[in-house]
Amino acid sequence: MSRLSIVTKDKAQITVEALYKDLERRIVASPPGLCPVELTGAFIRMCMAQTCGKCVPCRVGLKQLARLLDDVLDGNATMETIDVIESTAESIYLSADCAIGYEAAAMVLKGLEGYREDFVEHILHGRCICNSNQNIPCVALCPAGVDIPGYIALVKEKKYADAVRLIRKDNPMPVVCALICEHPCENRCKRGMVDYPINIRGLKKVAIDNAGEVPIPERAPDTGKKVAIVGGGPGGLSAAYYLSLMGHSVTIYEQRKKLGGMLRYGIPNYRLPRERLDADINAILSAGIEVHTEVSIGKDISMKELRKQYNAVYIAIGAHTDKKIGLPGEENAKGIISAVEMLRGIGDDEMPDYSGKNVVVIGGGNVAMDVARSSVRLGADTVTVVYRRTKGDMTALADEIEGAIAEGCEIAELMAPVGIEMDENKNVTHLVVQPQMISSIKDDRPSVRKADTAEKKIPCDLIVVAIGQGIESKSFEDFGIPVKRGAIEALDSNEIKNVKGIFAGGDCVTGPATVIRAIAAGKVAAANIDEYLGYHHEIKCDVEIPSVTFEFGGKYGRIAIPEREASERKKDFEPIELGMSCEESCQEAGRCLRCDHFGYASFRGGRTEKW
Amino acid sequence: MVNITINNCKLQVEEGTTILEAARGAGIEIPTLCYLKEINEIGACRVCVVEVEGTDKLVTACNNKVQEGMVVHTHSGKVRKVRKANVKLILSQHDFRCASCIRSGNCSLQKIANELNISEVPYHMEPEKAIENKKFPLIRNAEKCIKCMRCVQICDKVQDMHIWDIKNTGVRTTIGVCNGKTLEESDCTLCGQCLVNCPVGALRERDDVGKALDAVEDKDIITVVQIAPAIRAAWGEAMGMDRDKATINKLADALKKIGFDYVFDTCFAADLTIMEEGSEFLERLPEIKESRLPMFTSCCPGWVRFVKSQYPHMVKRLSTAKSPQQMFGAITKSYYAKLLNVDPSKIFCVSIMPCISKKQECDLPNINATEGQKDVDVVLTTRELTRMLRAYHIKPEALTDVELDRPLGKYTGAGVIFGATGGVMEAALRSAYYLVSKQNPPADAFKNIRGREGWKEAEFDINGTEIKVAVVSGLGNTRKLMEAICKGEAVYDFVEVMSCPGGCINGGGQPIHDGCDMVEDRTEVLYGLDEINELRFSHENPAVLECYESFLGKPLSHVSHKLLHTEHETKEQFETV
Repeated sequence: MSRLSIVTKDKAQITVEALYKDLERRIVASPPGLCPVELTGAFIRMCMAQTCGKCVPCRVGLKQLARLLDDVLDGNATMETIDVIESTAESIYLSADCAIGYEAAAMVLKGLEGYREDFVEHILHGRCICNSNQNIPCVALCPAGVDIPGYIALVKEKKYADAVRLIRKDNPMPVVCALICEHPCENRCKRGMVDYPINIRGLKKVAIDNAGEVPIPERAPDTGKKVAIVGGGPGGLSAAYYLSLMGHSVTIYEQRKKLGGMLRYGIPNYRLPRERLDADINAILSAGIEVHTEVSIGKDISMKELRKQYNAVYIAIGAHTDKKIGLPGEENAKGIISAVEMLRGIGDDEMPDYSGKNVVVIGGGNVAMDVARSSVRLGADTVTVVYRRTKGDMTALADEIEGAIAEGCEIAELMAPVGIEMDENKNVTHLVVQPQMISSIKDDRPSVRKADTAEKKIPCDLIVVAIGQGIESKSFEDFGIPVKRGAIEALDSNEIKNVKGIFAGGDCVTGPATVIRAIAAGKVAAANIDEYLGYHHEIKCDVEIPSVTFEFGGKYGRIAIPEREASERKKDFEPIELGMSCEESCQEAGRCLRCDHFGYASFRGGRTEKW
Repeated sequence: MVNITINNCKLQVEEGTTILEAARGAGIEIPTLCYLKEINEIGACRVCVVEVEGTDKLVTACNNKVQEGMVVHTHSGKVRKVRKANVKLILSQHDFRCASCIRSGNCSLQKIANELNISEVPYHMEPEKAIENKKFPLIRNAEKCIKCMRCVQICDKVQDMHIWDIKNTGVRTTIGVCNGKTLEESDCTLCGQCLVNCPVGALRERDDVGKALDAVEDKDIITVVQIAPAIRAAWGEAMGMDRDKATINKLADALKKIGFDYVFDTCFAADLTIMEEGSEFLERLPEIKESRLPMFTSCCPGWVRFVKSQYPHMVKRLSTAKSPQQMFGAITKSYYAKLLNVDPSKIFCVSIMPCISKKQECDLPNINATEGQKDVDVVLTTRELTRMLRAYHIKPEALTDVELDRPLGKYTGAGVIFGATGGVMEAALRSAYYLVSKQNPPADAFKNIRGREGWKEAEFDINGTEIKVAVVSGLGNTRKLMEAICKGEAVYDFVEVMSCPGGCINGGGQPIHDGCDMVEDRTEVLYGLDEINELRFSHENPAVLECYESFLGKPLSHVSHKLLHTEHETKEQFETV
């Protein structure tokens, strides 16, 4: 008998470890719209398997909870059952010896708080509140509802122009989205149950890279109705595109020199090359849209005048004002600029020279990464991103953060800016930061608190503040449009309560969000403006979707979009991303599980042919 | 064309063909269960799975298309094993006490289980429990439901009523009624299309055979049977009789053998309906032309129920004429009682209908001519009829043609075609033409409104007046037509509506042949009988003329109004059951 031995995993353990991974991926790939009560029951059953069995609350209590949840789901419960569930869960929570028990009970308690009405519905009416239409996950999660399985199938067949046509049915900016969409579609991709989510954006990029110029569909006959669009960003352009295709006469009013909104004035060329942006804009404008640039509503033309001249107005002004960080001396200092200001200049091709400068960027979102990486390209000596929480808490996409680091940006996490230091000429010399320490979880993310250490000084010549944007809603508020905390108040239909004929959507309603949400808002606005004007035009696409093939089986890795080397790409503003090869895109597209055909979609919630 | 191989048989089939169609085209049968052509191709039961070479997983034949070079095996060991396992799984949630099931012998699940040689189910039996309302004419037995979704799809795609819906998620997914209602609270029209498309016995009609037989047994009661036009097109199907052998007269023989006193024909009342409804139409025509809103037929209780719940503002556009079933009942309990010289309470009126909705129509509170008396006492569907015949062990070969009783057994060809879409309209036009011009048109003058197309329209010149008519069948088509009428996009003078696609011959009470379309064959029977009838015009039915002469006076007379017309009160349907 040896005194000690090395612990090695046996086959069963290794297999179970692998199954844990499978389960993790499976949970991530949960289709949207599941019954929360059903899930609670399933989770508790898994917890039951984890119980060591020593203590009463966990060993007996969890099983009883599972039974009670079954009673709710099987129609054998009364309203008192909820009380029994609640008090049992509370007892388990308070008396279980370890986390296996009390955290399991906590899930039930959270559920009772978060979706008590679902419990009640099951008990009183024997059914779920949740929508039984389990739509195709990627399509359901795309705000614009783009026919993703459809265009993936087309990419697989190398019918790139058809793919573009199909995307345009729901999203008139396929090029832009192929390059910079946040791709929420990938979040619950069912392929994740097999191996990894499909690289959907990557495949869309293959489509737009290879499609050439694709003409837009024919415009419906003139309706004689006039619609004004305020704001030439993605939302305004999308609304304009569909409304024009529907036969309405559309005019865009844009405050800046060029169309594109934040796509031009917020996103640098290396992510979204100008000519690619222009390709989408030109296609949209080919629907016959009138454009007035450098016109400000409230300054050059009043909202009242606009309302009078047009049958309907869509406000899509976005969120373009900068937010001040509020450091003492900020107002008078030279060398503090906002991200909005910096990127706007770049958008108009006014490239500043940061050679030899030490740049500090304050913020942790995608915009912060955009300015940091732009600063590298503008010649900055050092670029430091200062963020008061941790890197993991940043709202920027992980790829963006990694990209910035690869290009030499320093991430200074857990640093809260508290002041600036200036030289005699009021030029900033240092950003003063207070180190933070990670603290308790609040609202599901770790909060930070001041660490018991001295302030630090980060030497710098330029501070770029990227802590969010505000909305210039004043002139609309004056006209009588409701505004709440700076944002325009609009309904989910983009209508404005009690103001007929005026619609609003996108960032100016939701606060700064994503391009695809702005596009979706534009699409919704177009549909509802069309109805408001007394029409019911249909937007559809006659592209034939390739039927499914039967190449099941086999697990594959996910093919990433190749990028230029960091050391090379950081020298210029040229695009970072390259493209997948045909071989790669066919393999990647071939992984698509075709949820438009297999699964629930063949019954309900399948393809939306038109809207 | 695509080249494929199925079970070593090389085939060339059209691109876009499903594996199932390709196989069936070549005489290779792949069993199906949930599949309903063009309506439910969802691959839910996984019974039609086949092996496609080159893929590891099995593929459903019903909703997957052939591909060039595809090699398919429909009955390989792998396929048979999996198919059998899936059927066993289905059985584990299905109450298969077949001996007490009305679908025994005509059940697709029973058939497939037998074909697959299933002799035991190794699983826990867990059929879904739910309370059924046995008083409602349409009953759902959850313990038998196999969640094939056909009822949902028929109600959505064909009838556009969306009564059935998916309830719950996950393993508890089942069929419920929309918006959490009960069936009787819903807008269900009782068309019964879900029932005739149910592959098992999960949906059934309320069985009223016992009530009818109790009356037969009661020596103090005179039992009178009326047989709807569509019955003669289908009653022999479940008896294993050839269509030309299964005559109405043999059915009369069978019913007499059971003990019914008088056997009559609803076609008589159909002729009467034409007299009333045709006259009403001509009377209302100036207002119809002015309002540009049509008069609708009112023979179909499913349609009447539909209009009451979906387009209540259109209820007043319905003809006030009762349906032939109800006219027959009213006449039986008045005119015929007088002829027999008995108190109407001594007469028990049974109607044999191709329809479930007729069961609720006869129970409508305001439908009867005399308060406290039911004009039609009991409605039996064609299926109940054949079950009753079987219970009496009636052998088809022992039946002879027996004349229907007089006078209510006398009918014309116009009355017979009431059972097919367009038939009511055609019959009405034949007589309307006569009423206006005092001469008969050629009997087939209006034949271009025949045919199973869902929405037909035609224009006829009747003595200088342009009459624009429309005929719809199926409630999905009906909704489309109603929308067009409401929007002013379609303007008609007279519209015939039948809830069931193809008309009553395809009604919810007819014999069930899973997956077979019986519309053509049954329609043919009715038009054939019309053609050979020496009387082709309702207004020439001597029994009807006699009834007017000696009892009713003339169409739309005071007596007619009292007995043969109704107000279609909107709220009343919600008071029944």
